[in-house]
Amino acid sequence: MIRSNRREFVLGASALLAGCDRLAANEDFRKALFSSENFHKWAQRALTQRDALAREFRPDQISPFFRPNGTANPNTDAYKALWRNGFADWRLRVTGLVQRPLSVSLQQLQAMPHREQITRHDCVEGWSAIGKWRGVPLRTLLEGVGLSTRARYLVFRCADRMGGGDSYYESIDMIDAFHPQTILAFALNDRPLRVANGAPLRLRVERQLGYKQAKYLMEIEAVESLSAIGRGNGGYWEDVAGYEWYAGI
Amino acid sequence: MTDAVHVVGKSAALPVRRHRLSTRLWHWLNVALFATLFMSGLGIFNAHPRLYWGQFGANFDHAWLELERFPGWITLPGHYSLALSRRWHLSAAPIFAFALLAYMLWSLVNRHFSRDLAFRRGELAPGHVWRDVIDHARLRFPVGEVALRYNVLQKASYNLVLFLLLPALILSGLAMSPGMNAAWPWLIDLFGGRQSARSVHFIAVWAMIAFIVVHVLMVLLAGPVNEVRSMVTGWYRVPPERAP
Repeated sequence: MIRSNRREFVLGASALLAGCDRLAANEDFRKALFSSENFHKWAQRALTQRDALAREFRPDQISPFFRPNGTANPNTDAYKALWRNGFADWRLRVTGLVQRPLSVSLQQLQAMPHREQITRHDCVEGWSAIGKWRGVPLRTLLEGVGLSTRARYLVFRCADRMGGGDSYYESIDMIDAFHPQTILAFALNDRPLRVANGAPLRLRVERQLGYKQAKYLMEIEAVESLSAIGRGNGGYWEDVAGYEWYAGI
Repeated sequence: MTDAVHVVGKSAALPVRRHRLSTRLWHWLNVALFATLFMSGLGIFNAHPRLYWGQFGANFDHAWLELERFPGWITLPGHYSLALSRRWHLSAAPIFAFALLAYMLWSLVNRHFSRDLAFRRGELAPGHVWRDVIDHARLRFPVGEVALRYNVLQKASYNLVLFLLLPALILSGLAMSPGMNAAWPWLIDLFGGRQSARSVHFIAVWAMIAFIVVHVLMVLLAGPVNEVRSMVTGWYRVPPERAP
């Protein structure tokens, strides 16, 4: 009796687990499961001052080694050519719903007023690293190009291709785009960005997880909707694996 | 069942209302939510099975604990998918947190806390606690009227879970969110950094597992049918006094 109960329990438990997995494959259930992201985004935004800052740390709190993740080197011919002459030919393009599209060199960016911040980078996997970033506030650039009132998101296009050959891309909305700590960083820990950390330029959106911090930036496009980009979920990992677009969680 | 047996059974063990609706609802909701959170949490842990103390921590930093990945039969989903584990975890977590809040408020209003969980005078006296420890060790379960009240070790463990472990789990979980760090900077300071919060989250969940193991063991030893029925329907048969 006891043995059969135990057997039933084990069978029941594995059936339950299989049931959960099957449930998650159901389209409607999956939608419901994925919709909790909206609750988190709504609740966090409701609790947060629009310009509330991410914690900034002291220099002695910086991680001894800042772990790179994702692509460590884009390794495409185009990228290698840019790297070989110190990114002198690299340009960041700002396109889409803007009044004055822009193409700007690294030297020009470095000459602009910049911001320094020692912040914590939180990977979705669970680890954290603290580093000192220097870069141009995204807001400065956006004020220069004149955003159309229709623009709701910024899409960041990168030089690296991930496993399947798709280009890495990410997107943020205007609340994060105009946040004072949102910068286009060209230096980490007082040195020019290394290739592993996203040379020549990467995004820092300090109130969100690591996969939002797009590296190897090539283009920023202002758009009205994310539905026509990639598979429509607003980012490489969002499209490929189902991560949350709102990565403040 | 004959009438005679029925009457004998009734007189030997009077059914009484034991658990309130709020407690029963919350209990079974928690069974489902905790299982979901625990298993999806192990799936999330598998993405980086190392734990650190302090503000930062990654592969090149000192980990106080380093484990292998948990096997698929205990994670949700049953294969490695950090994204899906997070979807399960982040869907169940707010319900779990708000259910605890609702239960706490409800238990204040219906006086469950003050009647059933607050320690009574003399209950915490070392002699009384010791006697309760001995009773547990000898598996002498309370009978008669006394069986209707929580004993002191039971109260202590329920209070520990309600007011320390569950809040610690929820708050350390929130403290890992970079968005919440900007909204409530004090929260992360409570734990001494994001990696400390992650460690506390992990320790607290295993403390909960230890509680659940003992809790289920006690139910099995004290009479599983009667105990489970009382948590489902509210009705409990009072174990008769032992013959002298």
